[in-house]
Amino acid sequence: MPTTQPQPRIVVEHVSKWFNKRSTRSMKDAFINIIRRRAVRATQFQALDDVSFTIGEGESVAVMGLNGSGKSTTLKLVSGVLEPDEGRVFTRGKVAGLIEVGAGFHPDLTGRENVFLNAAILGMSEKETRARFDEIVAFSEIGDFIDQEVKHYSSGMFMRLAFSVAIHVELDVLLVDEVLAVGDAPFRAKCNAKLKELAAQGVTMMVVSHSKGQVKQLCTRGIVIRKGRVVFDGPIAEALEVLETQ
Amino acid sequence: MTQIDYSAFDIPGRSRGILDVFRYRYLLRLLIGKSTSLRYRNSVLGWFWSYVRPTVQFLVYYLVVGQILQLHKQVPFFPLYLFSGLVLVNLFNETLADATRSIVANKALVRKIYMPRELFPLAAIVGAFTHFLPQLAVLLFVSLLFGWLPSLLSVGLVLAGILLVVAFVVGLGLFFSAVNVRFRDASNVVEIIRTVATWSVPILYTWSMVYERATEFPWLFHLYMSNPLAVAVELFHHAFWGSIPGVLAEDPAPANLGWPPEFGWYVAASLGVIVFALVIGQFVFRRAERTFAQDL
Repeated sequence: MPTTQPQPRIVVEHVSKWFNKRSTRSMKDAFINIIRRRAVRATQFQALDDVSFTIGEGESVAVMGLNGSGKSTTLKLVSGVLEPDEGRVFTRGKVAGLIEVGAGFHPDLTGRENVFLNAAILGMSEKETRARFDEIVAFSEIGDFIDQEVKHYSSGMFMRLAFSVAIHVELDVLLVDEVLAVGDAPFRAKCNAKLKELAAQGVTMMVVSHSKGQVKQLCTRGIVIRKGRVVFDGPIAEALEVLETQ
Repeated sequence: MTQIDYSAFDIPGRSRGILDVFRYRYLLRLLIGKSTSLRYRNSVLGWFWSYVRPTVQFLVYYLVVGQILQLHKQVPFFPLYLFSGLVLVNLFNETLADATRSIVANKALVRKIYMPRELFPLAAIVGAFTHFLPQLAVLLFVSLLFGWLPSLLSVGLVLAGILLVVAFVVGLGLFFSAVNVRFRDASNVVEIIRTVATWSVPILYTWSMVYERATEFPWLFHLYMSNPLAVAVELFHHAFWGSIPGVLAEDPAPANLGWPPEFGWYVAASLGVIVFALVIGQFVFRRAERTFAQDL
């Protein structure tokens, strides 16, 4: 009776990804390379090599690895920003990312305009945004500055507002990438509490982080990636040990 | 192992192309609002510039082509003839330039968050389109001064002309915005297209002048008139300038130009060109879209 079992939220099947180390930056370069019979699409290097995993509903999974191991690439494949060269990625439900919070913010727009714009970018409707607007502002502790242009914000205020928008999006799967180095200690604690609350509500989470403390608090399972390959997939405590021994 | 029912899943990063825009119209609206409200941020005169630029351009052409080159002797109401074509060429030039820049200008978003990327060129086109409306208003006003009376036919011709230009730019814009991600040369190519566009359509001369010069090479004229922009300009000419009977000093008969011969075929040909541009534009865009995030 397979259909009665809960379906996973994220399925990554035998995914490989190559990046080009491009040698051409203009049509002129490309043309010259064609004439000289040099490769136009220069050398490639493999960022991910046959990565497979499944994340079930309500699971909180940390993806760990050293810099350049391919963990952010994995996250981008799940979010749809990148496409796999081989293999397949599937997601179920609404996926949104806390991927580099603030990417959609424009310094010349006011805080209020930015909230609406970014909520829409993350997939919220106008009605949902209106309903949650006060909550978003309250969480960010921005107060009266909400009608100021964002360029007048301090960097802390900026990140708090951006994070607040992202975390209030109605979603089934949350992708978290290195964002929690945000703000001061009290705000970080508040963010972690909010993430835990979301996890308790059954939101599936995929976290990329270097912070062991945070990962231990938030996640139950860890996937360790080394040079584009999955080297460990299991309980978080063991995953952290594997990471240490690298 | 759980049996996976793939039908319940989405493949991240796959869109239905330009049709997805309807599903994301709220986001599209916000993106358009962003570009229009940012355009004249930190400028004292603001939207006034949307009137100043075409006015200066109009005056220059009017003085040089109308007065110095004496075109107003051959074309009655030359200012109206010029302006009704010029607004459409401006529409083409502005929308195409903004669309081409759109993906690169939204780099931060394209690299980090997935949404149908067609939204960016389309938002840019609609955003630039809003600057065409004040010009259209001025054109209507000037036409009324010349004694023009609006009719159902002229409204239809105006809408058809706008539609042709916008549809053409959507195709071209998709193509060039995608190419521009890998090869920034695309923006230079577009720059050339824009320069040529102004002179490739009958606004600073009339189609009959081209027709006379090209009698030995009729295909040249066919080619010339198959340009969607040229067809749209003629539609505009007939909507405004052509509906006022104009008389020249030396000849009492009305001197307004009729439609170019076999105009129906040119309309059909330009529709063909537009469909071709849309199909190629969308195809190239979708191919290139896969690597946007890593090429930016």
